[in-house]
Amino acid sequence: MMDLFFPPGASAHAAGIDRMVDWVHVLMLILFIGWGAYFIYAVARFRQGKNPKANYKGAKGSASKYAEIGVAVAEVILLVGFSIPLWADRVDEFPAESDSVVVRVVAQQFAWNIWYPGADGVFGNADPSLVDEETNPIGLDRSDEAAKDDITTINQLHLPVDKPAIIHLTSKDVIHSFNLPNMRIKQDAVPGLSIPMWFVPTKTTAEMREELKSKPRYADTADEFVYEIACAQLCGNSHYSMRGFLTVHTPEEYQAWLDEEASYLGGGEEEDFWN
Amino acid sequence: MSDGHHEELGFWRKYVFSTDHKVIGIQYSVTGLAFLFFGFCLMMLMRWQLAYPNQPIPLIGGLFGDARAPGGIMLPDFYNELGAMHGTIMVFLGVVPLAVGGFGNLILPLQIGAADMAFPKLNMLSYWSLFLGGVTMFGSFFLEGGAAQSGWTSYAPLSNIAPSGQTAWLIGMIFLITSSLLGSVNFIVTTIQLRAQGLSFFRLPFFCWAQFVTAFLLLLAFPPLEAAGVLQLMDRLADTSFFMPDGLVISGEALDISGGGSPLLWQHLFWFLAHPEVYVLILPAMGIVAEVIANNTRKPLWGYRAMVYSVIFLGFMSFIVWAHHMFITGMGTAMATFFQTTTMIISIPSVIILTALLLSLWGGSIRFNTPMLFALAFLPMFGIGGLTGLPLGLAAPDIALHDTYYVIGHFHYVVAPGTIFALFAGVYYWYPKATGRKMSETLGKLHFWPSLIFMNGIFFPMLIQGLNGVSRRLADGGATYDFAGAVGPLNRMQSWSAWGLALAQIPFIINFFMSLRAGEKVGDNPWDATTLEWAAPSPPPHGNFTTEPVVYRGPYEYSVPGAENDFTPQTQEG
Repeated sequence: MMDLFFPPGASAHAAGIDRMVDWVHVLMLILFIGWGAYFIYAVARFRQGKNPKANYKGAKGSASKYAEIGVAVAEVILLVGFSIPLWADRVDEFPAESDSVVVRVVAQQFAWNIWYPGADGVFGNADPSLVDEETNPIGLDRSDEAAKDDITTINQLHLPVDKPAIIHLTSKDVIHSFNLPNMRIKQDAVPGLSIPMWFVPTKTTAEMREELKSKPRYADTADEFVYEIACAQLCGNSHYSMRGFLTVHTPEEYQAWLDEEASYLGGGEEEDFWN
Repeated sequence: MSDGHHEELGFWRKYVFSTDHKVIGIQYSVTGLAFLFFGFCLMMLMRWQLAYPNQPIPLIGGLFGDARAPGGIMLPDFYNELGAMHGTIMVFLGVVPLAVGGFGNLILPLQIGAADMAFPKLNMLSYWSLFLGGVTMFGSFFLEGGAAQSGWTSYAPLSNIAPSGQTAWLIGMIFLITSSLLGSVNFIVTTIQLRAQGLSFFRLPFFCWAQFVTAFLLLLAFPPLEAAGVLQLMDRLADTSFFMPDGLVISGEALDISGGGSPLLWQHLFWFLAHPEVYVLILPAMGIVAEVIANNTRKPLWGYRAMVYSVIFLGFMSFIVWAHHMFITGMGTAMATFFQTTTMIISIPSVIILTALLLSLWGGSIRFNTPMLFALAFLPMFGIGGLTGLPLGLAAPDIALHDTYYVIGHFHYVVAPGTIFALFAGVYYWYPKATGRKMSETLGKLHFWPSLIFMNGIFFPMLIQGLNGVSRRLADGGATYDFAGAVGPLNRMQSWSAWGLALAQIPFIINFFMSLRAGEKVGDNPWDATTLEWAAPSPPPHGNFTTEPVVYRGPYEYSVPGAENDFTPQTQEG
C-alpha cells in the first residue's frame, strides 16, 4: 500500500519494514474511519435542532470497551510479532565479517568519508592530529603498514550486490544521520562512538534503473537514477546539501572499481616520491 | 471571605506587577498569544524558502540584511535560526504560557472556588520569570550571528559550537523553566488546599484534573533540563566537556578541549523533559475540550472517572517513554523493546480519553457555537496526531520515518489543529468570564472554517513527504535530493495554505479586540454551565466570589431527569 509513497526498496530487509509500515497504517485507517464515521453520525443525529433534549445517561453498551481492547491487541501484535523481531534482526543478527564487505564511514560537516580497509582487510590507524581537510580528511596514518592500502573516498560508497555490507559509523564533529532511503537504513553518526549497522543491497544501480523505467512516476528520470545518501540530523548550515551516493555493482564490477581505486593509491605515492 | 475592605492599588500594582490570579492569567494569555503569532511569522518566512528555494523573498526580503538574506535570498543559517526559534517559541513561549499559565491561572482557582492562587507572589514571580525568558529569546535575534540555530532540541555538540545566540537560548530556557517550576508548585498546592467546601477530588472538573497532573509533569520533568541547560552553558562558557567527546575535529581543526563527555547524555536529559512536555501541551487542551463538550452537548461527560484515571496514568507513563525519540542513536534490542513497549502502553489511556470524549456526544443536544466547533475539530485532528504516532513509536518503522517530515506532520497535528484549536475553544468559551462580553459568533465561524481547512493543507502533505523519506530541517526543502523530487511540489500548496491560515487569523484578532468594547454584554453564566467559575460575576472582582461557594454535586450535571433546567450548577443545594 505504502509503495505508493516509499522510495523503491533495494535491500533484503526493506520489504519487512515496508510491510510493517503497511500494517500500522491499515490499523490507523480502520481506527480513523471507524471513529470518523461514528463522529459524523453522532454530530448529525444529536444536533440540537434534531434532538432538543439531551439524555442524561448517554451512550450505553460496551462497544467502546471492545474497541479499546481491540486496539491493545493490535498493538501487541505489531510490537511482538513485527517490530521487536525486525529490530533484533537489525542490531543483533550481524553477519560474519568474513562474509561481508566491511566499511567505515566518518561523517563530517558536510560530507561522508568512506573508508575501505584495502586488500589486506585491515583498517589502518587514524589520528585526529593528522587531519588535513584537503588531503587527509580522516587523519589516516599512512606510515602504518595496515593503512598503506586503505582506500578513502568522499561521498562515494560502492558496494557489491547480494553481499552483506557492515558499516561502522562515526563522526568527526557533530551528530549526523546516515540515511539511505532506498535501503531503509538510518543510523545516527555520533562523535566519540563507532556504531555498526548492516544491510544487504539486492539490486544493482543498473538493475534499479531498468526497474524504474516501468514505473510511470520514475520513468522519465530512470536513466539518471542513483542511490542517494542523505543526512537526516541537523548538522549545521549545509545540512541540506550533505548528499552522498551509493553505487551497487555486480561482484565483478565492484572488484574492478576497488582495483581502480587501489591503482590511484599507488599513483599518489609516486607523486609524493617525486616531490 | 470577601470583607469588602481592600486597599485601593495603584495602576502598576493592579495591572502590571499584580498578584491577582486573573490579571496574571490574562498577562500569561496575552504573552502566549503574542508569541504564538510571532512564532507563526517565523514559520511563514520558512515556508517561502521551502516553496521557492533560493528565490528572493518578495516585498520584505530587503529587511533582513546581508548577513541573513543577501538580495532577499534566505541563507541556510537564517533558515536554521528561524526553525530553531519557531519550535522554541511555539512550545515554551506560546502554547505552555497560554495553556498552563493563562488558562490555568485564570480558570483553575475559579473552578475550585478559591479566592486566588495559594501563593500569589510566587505567581507574579513565575510570570515575570517567563517575561524575562521571552525578552532573552526575542533579544537573541539581535546578537552577532543571530539567535539559536541548532534546532529546538539543541543537540550537542552542534549547539556547543554554535554562535552566541545559543548562549542566549540557554539563559532564556533557564528563565522559562524556572517560571514553570514556580507555577507548578502553586497549582499543586492550590488544587490540594483551596478547593471549596464540598468539592471533593471526584467533583473536580476534568480541566482541573488535567492542570493538576500537568503541574506534576512540570515539577518533575523540568529540573533535568534546567540542569542540562546549565551544563551546556558551562561547556560553552567555562570550557567544560559534559557533552563533548574526545577527538573532535571541527572544520579541519582538532578542538582543544578536555573531552570525555557524551553527546547522547544531552539527548537523554533533553527528552526526559521534552516527552512529558508533549503531555504538558496536550493535557490542558484535553481539559478545555472536555469542559466545552460537556457544556455544549448538555449532558455529563461519558466515563468521567475513567478519564481521570487515564490522565493520571498518562502523566505517570510520560516519564518512561522518552528514549523513543532516540531509537536510531544506536540502541540495542533490550532498550528499544522497553521504550517501544512503554510507548504502546501510553497510547491506551490516550485512546480511552479520546473515546470517552467521542462517546460523550452520544445522546447529547449539541449546540454548534464557536467554542464547540473548535472543540469538536480537536477530536479528529488530535486523532490523526495520535495515530501517526504509532509507526514512530515502534522502532522498526521508525527506521524509515525517523527525522522525516512524517514526524513534523505527526506532532503538528497534535499541537496545531489539536492543542491550538483547543486553546481557541478556551478563548471563545471563557472570554465572557474574563471580560463580561461575548466574542462575535460570525467572526468566530469565519475564523474556524478556513483555519481547519488550511491547517490540513499544511500538515497532511507532510505525512506524504515523510513517507517519501524527505528529511526535516533541510534549508531547501529537499530540493538537493532526487528521491524528494516527487513530493517537492507539495511544498507550494503547503506554503499557500500557511499564508491562508494567516489570513484566517484576521477575524480572530479583530474579534478579540473589538469584543472588548462592542461584544454582547453577558451575565454570570452565559453558556448555562454548571461549574464554579460561572457562579462568580463576569468579570470576577478581586477575591472572585461574592459569597463563598459550597459544592453539592459533580461537575457536569446537565439534563438531570426531573430537574427544572437542563443544567444544575455545582452550587445548587439538594
